[in-house]
Amino acid sequence: MSVTEGKLSDPLAVYQDFKPSQVQLDSWSSKFVLFTEDLSVSFDGFKAVEIPCYGVQHGELRVIIGPNGAGKTTFCDLVSGKTRPSTGKVYFDGRDISSLDESEISLLGIGRKFQTPTVFDSLSTYENLLLALPGNHGWKKNLFDKETKDEENQILEILEKVGLFNQRNQLAKSLSHGQRQWLAISALIISKPKLLLVDEPAAGLTDKETEQTADLLIELAEDHTIVVIEHDMDFVRRLDSMVTVLNEGKVLAEGTLEEMEQNEEVMEAYLGR
Amino acid sequence: MIKQNNLIESKRAFVFLCVLGFVIVPCLYLSGVLSIGDINMLGRFMTFAILAVGLDLLWGYVGILSLCQFTFFCLGAYAMGMHLAHHGGPEGIIDANGWKIPACLFVVYPYDVGESSGDALVPGFWKPFWNLPVTIILGLIIPAVVAFVLGYFVFRSRVRGVYFAILTQAIAVACWLVFCRNDVKLCGTNGLTRFDIIAPSGSFFTFNPVTATNDWKASNTGNGEIDLNQDGSVDQLDYSIADVGFSLSSSEVQLALYLITVFCLFGSYLLCRWIVNSRLGRILVAIRDDESTLSFFGYKPYNFKIFAFCVAAVLAGLAGLLYVPQMKIVTPSNMEAVRSVLVVVWVAVGGRGSLGGAILGALSVNLLYNYLTSEHDYGFFSWSPDYWPIFLGIMFVLVVLFLPKGLIEVVDKFRKRNRSESNKELEVSS
Repeated sequence: MSVTEGKLSDPLAVYQDFKPSQVQLDSWSSKFVLFTEDLSVSFDGFKAVEIPCYGVQHGELRVIIGPNGAGKTTFCDLVSGKTRPSTGKVYFDGRDISSLDESEISLLGIGRKFQTPTVFDSLSTYENLLLALPGNHGWKKNLFDKETKDEENQILEILEKVGLFNQRNQLAKSLSHGQRQWLAISALIISKPKLLLVDEPAAGLTDKETEQTADLLIELAEDHTIVVIEHDMDFVRRLDSMVTVLNEGKVLAEGTLEEMEQNEEVMEAYLGR
Repeated sequence: MIKQNNLIESKRAFVFLCVLGFVIVPCLYLSGVLSIGDINMLGRFMTFAILAVGLDLLWGYVGILSLCQFTFFCLGAYAMGMHLAHHGGPEGIIDANGWKIPACLFVVYPYDVGESSGDALVPGFWKPFWNLPVTIILGLIIPAVVAFVLGYFVFRSRVRGVYFAILTQAIAVACWLVFCRNDVKLCGTNGLTRFDIIAPSGSFFTFNPVTATNDWKASNTGNGEIDLNQDGSVDQLDYSIADVGFSLSSSEVQLALYLITVFCLFGSYLLCRWIVNSRLGRILVAIRDDESTLSFFGYKPYNFKIFAFCVAAVLAGLAGLLYVPQMKIVTPSNMEAVRSVLVVVWVAVGGRGSLGGAILGALSVNLLYNYLTSEHDYGFFSWSPDYWPIFLGIMFVLVVLFLPKGLIEVVDKFRKRNRSESNKELEVSS
């Protein structure tokens, strides 16, 4: 990162001292819930992500922004196990998760919402959330047990909260785009993850829905660790939290949104000047 | 309780079909409208319906297109075939181990160079099938084990969609080639045949003909003549004259087999409906919709795919077990690749994703097949059996174009109209 030197201090300096391969477990895991070390992935020789070290602290609401193709979603893929890193490791909750598959990582407590709302079209809204409930992943339990009254109430409660209560028996394919986004977020919330990876929650939403989504995330941030990937600056402003700027697979800068907006390099990367 | 909007087939329809299968059809036979041949044919077609229900669970709900269902069917069928061949007829030759060589095996026995007919032996893998309960259990378990092993390697390595379909088709062809060979001692292309009786007492209580014969000898010495075929020695041939069980050609036995098949068909249907309506059924549908997202929910989709594949294979094995005593022959032609594709046609015509549709499809296509593969003269036009494939093709295209949900769609529409009419009547009366 020779370009940044002089103009801006290395944005990753804060993480240098916590590399899990070099320090005791306690000293990093007490501070960070997620830590990546020497993470890189290349597709046909193209380095999509190259981050020496990066971490998300317990209870933090972190926003990752960056222009198209900056590697934001790829970073999420690496953390959630969809893509295997070419080099480096991902640590979560005190352990190395680089070799686990998606479902194992999900069971450890990383929940993910995709860029396009991924819901199961042939299931009803209610059933979508039924599948998202934690602790029901074996075939035996699913075959013989029905949902408990408590689980049913949980689902109804969350449907009420996101305003999908009246659509609870509708097939998900009949929901509007905004409703699907909310259903995907609800599914994420109900699975009670320790870390939420939320990829572009505001994509395709109206202004009002965007606001509501931001408020929901702020509310969730009170007792969850959340990583949000977003394009929409108004949305990011509303979240009012630490921002990491990615560009060409590298961390360009880190700080509050105001700081970023005054950073020439960031603006250059964003606006292509 | 929240109403799950899944495919709930009405109770009334189910009760009606039960009455139709268990009461009306047998009554039609007893009153002489249907011949025993018709009953036998219906029974065979119902075994195909069991096969179709299994495929529908797999293809309609989980979205896995398996093109080797008839291979699993044949695994069950050959199990029952070997069993019936063991007990087939009072003639034959006793081998060096005291087992009667099944007639169908004896005529195509693959002798090594220098061997003569006296050296033929009943192969070891035939022997467990002497016992009927063991046969039934093996006929269900072998397809399940094969499906499990196949599914474990294939689904875990994330082979999906068309690739899986091609793979299963290749497996179907490979199995067909193996079963066609004489030297695997499954009677080659002749198939297993010359079945005579079913369920003699020895098939329940003994595990091989040697003890069966000895037990029979021990309990009957002193009862006069026990060299029943008067060939100078008391052996399995005499025993099989004494312990005759039920003749497969008697109409009572055929009616009973029909009723057992109907019972098993409803059982399979209820089993699949129970699976589909459980929470696991939702997971299966979710796999069909978007398998990769489901793994981010913490599920391992391949476990559920293996489960569904095994259930479908067990149902296919059950169908095979029931088919053989009614058909009285099983040959590798049942394993041909095109047969397994036909199952897909039945399900598609009847209604993919609806268990009732699968049954409707299997029965209607096969009944049509039965009718249209004989000559009919309508005066202005005479129908030749050669037209059948063309007819089937046209029917398939028409159903796919105009009834994408299959024939069951027509039934559903009719039922809905009835329901809304009766609702109107209710409104009027209230």
